[in-house]
Parts: sequence; C-alpha cells; structure tokens
Amino acid sequence: MKTPIYDMLIKGGLVIDPALGFGQEAAIFVKDGKIAAIVKESDVSPKDMASIPVENVVDASGKLVVPGLIDMHVHLREPGREDEETIITGCQAAAAGGFTSICCMPNTNPTIDHQETVKFVLSRAEQADAHVYVVGAITKMLKGEELAEIGDLVNAGAVAISDDGNYVQNPEIMRRALEYARMFGIPIISHAEDYFLCANGVMNESYQSTRLGMKGRPGVAEEIAVLRDIKLCGFTGGRLHIAHITTAGAVKAVRQAKADGIDITAEACPHHFTLTDEEIGKEFNTNLRVNPPIRTQKDVEAVIEGLIDGTIDCIASDHAPHADEEKDVEFDQAPSGMIGLETTLGLVKIALIDKGYLSWADAVRKMTYNPARILGLPAGTLEVGTAADITVIDPEKKWTVKKENFRSKSKNSPFIGWKLSGKIDITILGGRIVYRNK
Amino acid sequence: MQLRSRHLLGLEDATAEEITLILDTAETFREIIERPIKKVPTLRGITVLNLFYEPSTRTRISFELAEKRLSADTVSFTPGTSSVKKGESLRDTVQNIEAMKIDMVVVRHSSSGVPYFLTQCTQSNIINAGDGAHEHPTQALLDMFTIRRKYKKLKDLRVVLVGDIKHSRVVRSNIWGLKTMGASVAVCGPSTLLPFEVEKFGVDIFTDLDKAIDGADVVNIMRIQLERQQAGLFPSQREYTNLFGMTRERLQLLNKNYTIMHPGPINRGVEITNEVADGDSSVILEQVTNGQAVRMAVLFLLSGKKEEE
Repeated sequence: MKTPIYDMLIKGGLVIDPALGFGQEAAIFVKDGKIAAIVKESDVSPKDMASIPVENVVDASGKLVVPGLIDMHVHLREPGREDEETIITGCQAAAAGGFTSICCMPNTNPTIDHQETVKFVLSRAEQADAHVYVVGAITKMLKGEELAEIGDLVNAGAVAISDDGNYVQNPEIMRRALEYARMFGIPIISHAEDYFLCANGVMNESYQSTRLGMKGRPGVAEEIAVLRDIKLCGFTGGRLHIAHITTAGAVKAVRQAKADGIDITAEACPHHFTLTDEEIGKEFNTNLRVNPPIRTQKDVEAVIEGLIDGTIDCIASDHAPHADEEKDVEFDQAPSGMIGLETTLGLVKIALIDKGYLSWADAVRKMTYNPARILGLPAGTLEVGTAADITVIDPEKKWTVKKENFRSKSKNSPFIGWKLSGKIDITILGGRIVYRNK
Repeated sequence: MQLRSRHLLGLEDATAEEITLILDTAETFREIIERPIKKVPTLRGITVLNLFYEPSTRTRISFELAEKRLSADTVSFTPGTSSVKKGESLRDTVQNIEAMKIDMVVVRHSSSGVPYFLTQCTQSNIINAGDGAHEHPTQALLDMFTIRRKYKKLKDLRVVLVGDIKHSRVVRSNIWGLKTMGASVAVCGPSTLLPFEVEKFGVDIFTDLDKAIDGADVVNIMRIQLERQQAGLFPSQREYTNLFGMTRERLQLLNKNYTIMHPGPINRGVEITNEVADGDSSVILEQVTNGQAVRMAVLFLLSGKKEEE
C-alpha cells in the first residue's frame, strides 16, 4: 500500500463535527485542499508527519477543531458601496471570525436580482478568503412588486432568495414566490416586519422608546409578518426561513409551525441575544440602530430559549457594514446595521456557552451543519473527501474587541471595548490558512 | 451646592436638590428682569451659540434674551440658510462653529439624543432646548418654577398633563421633574397618543378628561398637531375638542385654587377655549416671562463649569 503524502495536519485538538456526530480528540490530514483522513492521535505515524511541511502542521492542543463556520446572513456591499465593504474585505473579516462560507444578501446597488450580478459576485469571490454563496432577490429591485428571474438566479448560483431589508408586503407576491421557488428547492429567506407598522421607526417600541421619545418598531410587526408567512408557507408547500428573529411571539410562532409540520427554519443574530433596547438611551450609539431592532429582556430570553430547544436553527451575524461618516450622525438619521462577522463567535461563547444554554457542539451545529443543510451547501462538515474548510478555536482565550483590529472595512460595532472569550485561532479554507491569530 | 454636570441634557437624572437650586437661582433673575435696566454682567466674555435646527419662537427668543441680559455674546444658527443645506453633517457644523471659540451651545433638534451627541463631539457646555420627543428640560423647569411661585411648593400637588403625550418632550421632562419634586402626576389623552408602557413612568393614566382633572391643582395642556390627525391618531379635531378640549365647564372639576398652563403655541378652540386660555387662572404668559428667568439661571449655573465633575 502506498504511503499517502499529506499537505497539512491539524493535531492535538478536540474535533467537533455535529454533521458526523463526532466529538473527540483526533488528527485531521488534508490533501489537495480536501479532508483526507481523521484518525486517532495515536495513529499519526512519524512518517506521515514527516511528509508535511512544518508550517502546515497545526498544533491544536487545548483547542477545538470544527468545520469551517458558515454565516448565512452577510452584507458585502459590493457592488455599489465598496467604501463600506468589498467582497475581498468582507471575506477577510469572515476568515478572522472563523467563517469559511458566507451568504451575501442581495440589497446591493445594483440589486442582485439578475443573473449577471450573481455571476459578478461569484467571480469577485474566486480569490477571496471565504466561499461566497449568493442570496438572490425575491422581487425586482427588492420592491416587492414583480418576481425576479428566480430560475436564472438559481442557475447562476443563487442558493436562496430574499428581499432582506424589506418585507414582501404584498401577500399575493409572497405566495407566488413560495410557490415558484419550490421548483428549485431553495428556501425563501423572509425579513419579516410589517412595513406599515414600522414606518419611520428607529428602535423597538417599548418603554425605552417611550422614555427616549423615539418612534418605535413594535414587536407585533414582526409577529404578524412571521405568522402570515407561515400561513403562506403551509398553503403553498414552499420552504421558508425566517431571518434574524427577535421577538418572543415570533419564536413561539415558529415553534408552533415546526410542530405543525411546516417546512420552516429560523436564524438569530448575536446582537439580538446579547443586547436589550435599554442600551440605546445610555449613549445614543448609532451602532445600536439595527433592523429588526434590539428588543427587550423578555425577547432576548425567548430567542435564547428558541436556540436551546431547536426552534431557531442557525446563528447568523447579519454583518451590515456602514461607513463611519454615515453612523456619526443623529440616531434617527443613521442607517440600520452593525458589523458582526468578527464578534459572532465570541458573543456566542459568552452569552450562550458560558451560561450553559448551548454546548460547543450545539453552537457549532447552528453555525455549520444547520445552515449548510438549509441552503444545500457543500460545506459544514469534516467528512473525508469534502473541502478542507476548518476552524480552530481557542475556547477560553480572553480578548477585547478593538476597532483597529477589525478586518472589515467598516467598524460599526457596538461591541468595541467588550471583553469576550473564545477566539478564532486559525481558519483554513480549502487547505489554505486564511487567518491565524497572532 | 452646585449642578453635577456641566451640561443640561434632561431632567430624568436631575436630583431634587439640583432642581431646587435652579428654581431658587431663577428667583433672583426673575427680579432682575422686572428692573428698568434688565442687564447684568454675569456672563461677560462668554459666547453662546443658539443652534436651532427646528423652528421655534418663544424658546429661541427666550434663550437669546436670557443670554443678552446676562451680557453673553451670542450667535444664532439657522440651518435653512447654512451649509447644512449643502449636506454638512451636524458634527462638522458644530465643530466648525466651535473652532470660532464658543463656550456654550443651546440646541434644539428634531432627533432625540442630539444634545448628548454634542457632548461627545464638542468641548462646549450643552443645554438642551428640546430634542425630538425626548426632553425639554428648561420648559419643565419654567413650568415648575411657575407652579412653585403660586403654591410655594411642588410636593403633593396634583398635576395633569393633557393632550399629545406620545410626541411631547415637554411632557417627559415635566414628568421627571415633577415626580422628583414630589408632585402627583397624571397624563390624559386619546389612547393613540399615549405611548407604549407609559404606566412605567409612574404616573396615573386617563383617557377621560373629566376623570383626569377631577380634584387637580394644575392642568398643563399640550398642543395637538394637525398632522397627528392626518396620521390617523384621532379622527377629527372636532372629536378631539369634544373629548379633550379644556372648556369653562370642565374648570368646575378642578380644585378651587387651580392653574391652567400651556407651553405654547396654542391652538385656540382646539385644545383650549379662549376663555380658559385668557382666564384669571391661566398662567400661560407668566410661563413665558418665567422662562427667561429659568434660562438665565441655567446659563449662569453652567457657565462656570468647565470640567466634568
């Protein structure tokens, strides 16, 4: 038998792969950018070791080795706002956050509502530090009026469709989208928030908005939208994914829909399970202006409960870069969104894992296997033969979020100054080290 | 005793001692504006910028006169004729003006939190002259000053705030201030104009004006804007007037020595009838006079404070 010559070895770490149901110390061999073998540490022969260049032997002792993380909700801003983020810088940020696959949302300029834009994004991403998957638009220009050429989008590579940033207000259009997308087996990602109930709102409608005299976006706007989409999903037999779920009522609705056999999934963002709207009045920090808004403690608890019981399948960042000058304005004039790729894992660690809500395996499942399954991505596992997308995590490493350390082109994070734990040590994309913590 | 902060951003965090200090100081200035020569050299050498991003008559003139009567140098800013029209940001506008060496900024803006924002990007002492629907501290202080002058106290008085509670910064500052001073506060308006979880302010809530003002000492009436009707928050001004208009008949429900207040501008015949607005117990114009004294007091108390304590 011929001795295999490997390109890379990650040894000494605790390997966690929810897709394989694997969770033990093991060594991973990489060959030609793919996972070549996972073996017991004791089975690593000196001969195999010797065949690998020293710089490609990763000592992961005391660390976690997991499939490359997947963020199914990212805004890359290219084309149109390359001053805020480009596909290249967004992927650098992804790598620093441990993500080897990200899905970019279509609200660029021009909108990703046409196959040429999908192709443009994919071509730009060829040399990037992460795999980029495209979410195409549901409707042309995200206007909610006419279906985009969904078949063309899928043929060009789109893995889902969404009018993210906008709710498809017209139920007839949403019905047809769910029916039509069914042909292609892709989910519709719904930004569920009734437009009329939220018009001009800048924060959650609550005692805090009352106190600050700000126009509120009520939680019921999300709940009504989620309930409508669930009904339409059940009626059409389509596939529905609820983006950035935030309210107790919406979580309850998704839980019930799942119990009723509706083909529905959901994601939650770190800022929605780590922050409450009380934060806004402290400094009027415009980085806390997000859409949907940061809500109340009761909602935070419901989102965490949804993550624990599996109602919420995925954790996604909703990475939304904005230039400094756009955020350095009056609160109600700032655009919505915060960056998140580089802080997601640390926030998951301190808010969910450290508090005993999720195990590492649960968290990794929600950031690898589950999004891959929902979107049909060839990622999210360390199975032999798949791309060697691997993330090495230093699970107890304490670190402070610093503006100057962000790789994202924009720095709009309310978490600057936060002390987190759980740091990405190394990110490997197709057998290539794309990030190494120094 | 002095104020803890070198800014006046709102009354939510103000202590009873601080409010009392401002009101006591205002008494002195109230006397000065009754003199034939209404000018003192207190703020000589101090330059105050009046930064009014929103239209305002009485607050802007009141501040300007207060500054002039304290011998401050003043400059007023109107965004309609400034570089704001060319797209200049608030930060750049203020920092450019500050580079011309000003000491204090009086700011009125439609966005909640702008006074706080200015404390982060300038060195000047900031006075909030109304930010969005958040706070309007000097209005609430002058309201309290006016009430205290009449009753010699604030504690245990029953004050009812009537009208558009949801969008009123005057209401919020009044609630914070009055409650801190021990008054009992109620709000009354259409349920569509009562903001979410308003009960957490610790006030009594009414949608029936007759019940709200029953046994009240002070009724402070807030303006209703036509645009609220257009936004569907109440069906018509006629219906609003029937349900929430302050009329002569309703005055019978109040305590004997009652007071009618209104921060202005008044929609006569809508939220208040002429005879109530101009009646013996109306202190609407006195509020305006007192406003100057209160603003002089605030300018005086903050002018000497350079460092955050």
